[in-house]
Amino acid sequence: MTAVIDKPANKPRRWAAPERPAWEEEPSKAGLAGKGIALTFACLAILFPLWIVVVTSLSSRKTIDEAGGLVMVPKGITFIAYEELLSGGQVTRATIVSILVTLVGTLFSMTVSVLCAYGLSRSGSLGHRWILMTLLATMFFSAGLIPTYLLVQSFGLTDTYLALILPSAISVFNILVLRGFFMGISQELIDSARIDGAGDLRILWQIVMPLSRAVLAVITLFYAVGYWSAWFNASLYLNQQDMMPLQNVMIQLVQKQEAPVGLGQAIKTGQLSGLAIQMAVMVMALLPVAVLSPFVQKHFKKGMLTGAIKG
Amino acid sequence: MSHSTVPRSKAEASTPVKTTVASDGATGPREKRGSGKLSLRLRFRRDRVLLLMTLPAVLLLLVFNYLPILGNIVAFQDYDPYISDNGIVSMLNSPFVGMENFQRIFEDSAFWNAVENTLVLFFVQLLLFFPIPILLALLINSVVRPRVRAFAQAVLYLPHFFSWVLVIAVFQQMFGGAGMLSQLLRQNGYDGLDIMTNPDTFPFLLTAQSVWKDAGWGIIIFLAALASVSPDLYEAAAMDGAGRWRRMWHVTLPALRPVIALLLVLRVGDALTVGFEQILLQRDGVGPGAGEVLDTFVWWNGVRNQDFGYAAAAGLVKGVVSIGLVLAANKVAHLMGEQGVYKK
Repeated sequence: MTAVIDKPANKPRRWAAPERPAWEEEPSKAGLAGKGIALTFACLAILFPLWIVVVTSLSSRKTIDEAGGLVMVPKGITFIAYEELLSGGQVTRATIVSILVTLVGTLFSMTVSVLCAYGLSRSGSLGHRWILMTLLATMFFSAGLIPTYLLVQSFGLTDTYLALILPSAISVFNILVLRGFFMGISQELIDSARIDGAGDLRILWQIVMPLSRAVLAVITLFYAVGYWSAWFNASLYLNQQDMMPLQNVMIQLVQKQEAPVGLGQAIKTGQLSGLAIQMAVMVMALLPVAVLSPFVQKHFKKGMLTGAIKG
Repeated sequence: MSHSTVPRSKAEASTPVKTTVASDGATGPREKRGSGKLSLRLRFRRDRVLLLMTLPAVLLLLVFNYLPILGNIVAFQDYDPYISDNGIVSMLNSPFVGMENFQRIFEDSAFWNAVENTLVLFFVQLLLFFPIPILLALLINSVVRPRVRAFAQAVLYLPHFFSWVLVIAVFQQMFGGAGMLSQLLRQNGYDGLDIMTNPDTFPFLLTAQSVWKDAGWGIIIFLAALASVSPDLYEAAAMDGAGRWRRMWHVTLPALRPVIALLLVLRVGDALTVGFEQILLQRDGVGPGAGEVLDTFVWWNGVRNQDFGYAAAAGLVKGVVSIGLVLAANKVAHLMGEQGVYKK
């Protein structure tokens, strides 16, 4: 039942199961098989659709026509869909917009959040309780879509990229997670730095942040994924088609089945399947996330728990 | 770098007490820096850098979370967006109509349809989504090979990081009119099937999407609770003759109970929010009859139809009921002896 893994004495091969405690009965064959099937099913339910999306995006028009649509077994790989999408035009521009908004937004969000989390991590400091209440209260109410929309518009943020960053720049949950982590850092360390003459900014930069790499990685990922996935603010505040980020272009392409501007010709002349284009855009949207998140995976639990269970 | 000349208190230098965010926010069991003796001016001098650091975040919250609360006055107005390009100017010059918008809402059958859809969705998701992360966590927890476990976790967490646009696109390619399922059916001589636009099964489609995206992510919190159970308990239970299933019933499940209670409370408190982006993206496909929930009702009437006063009134009704739900859910949690979201 439980995983008893702490036995470094006799290192087993990496794939082998660790030893079972003496009191635990041998698992039944049926039980093991059932577990294996359930786990395989759960993983396949996630991986199989993604496999089809990736394979179809890499298939030629001919392969797609032969398969009658979606391709399950790859027959020769072609990057024509990606070449078309990235050779200028709507999708290329949308990808650049998404990347830039994600980079700038994440940097901004992290800066504001880390500063705020550190500013609140020395409890007993002036106004600390009040500021914390101001933050916490926003987790219990929302001003509502319409008032927020009218206000952001009246600030003149319409048709600017600031509208994609500022209104949802910080997540109070993330700040609380960071703060919880900062508060756990040994006070002696911070005090000795202060005695050596370091100010708060320097302590944050040279002591607290290097000690918090794990949680910083998790929160950075959360913010970056948030910006990369966002489409709603763009649909609210951007009116110009050529400003739209990748997600909004994907809505037009896959849900509304419209060919992207500038690509209609290649599809009509038959070199390129519209389906492959759709799939390629989906792959572009999922690739950064799928590549990055496993690296941060081992820290998720720590990051989630500081704030989640009790916060 | 300049820093304050007032020494940080000795109390603060004591061993860091492990605290949690919420409990500290409410009562602050952590030892405080000795602020009582210092004058306000000295404390400000000492802490001004810290205050300055919180300023950007506080400003953002004030402008984008608190200030819009005032904007809810449009719910009591016949708001005219054409008075001025600036929303605030329009707001100040629109005529007040008292409770008229609210009267209209309660007589609007479309509003009650949205309420009904919201509640149906909430209950379907609660019944069909909520148990799945618990079962998955028990399954993952019983896998002892570290590599298998890490791989399964990596796969299960992955869809949580996909955007709703992508998740719905994936479902479209699998279950839409031109999707995988229809393709297979047609190749075998049946009619194609478009699950994506069928209003009758829409709540189940939404739940399936939520499960695909977030059930894996949901196991993290349960895994942590499971990891904190002492193996001695299992050993003792085994010594007393408890088999696999009895150990799960008498040791594992009681360990999960506080987490399950907390998540239930959070979910009930959030009952009227049933996946805004997810539903908005598919609202046109299934039509408002099945696809309209409270949040999309507000969006449709406000952003699309420019009937801002009316939409804001609907949003305000939802917001007020939601706050009531959160408070009530916490009350129930406290009565049950669980901690809830905030402390008593």
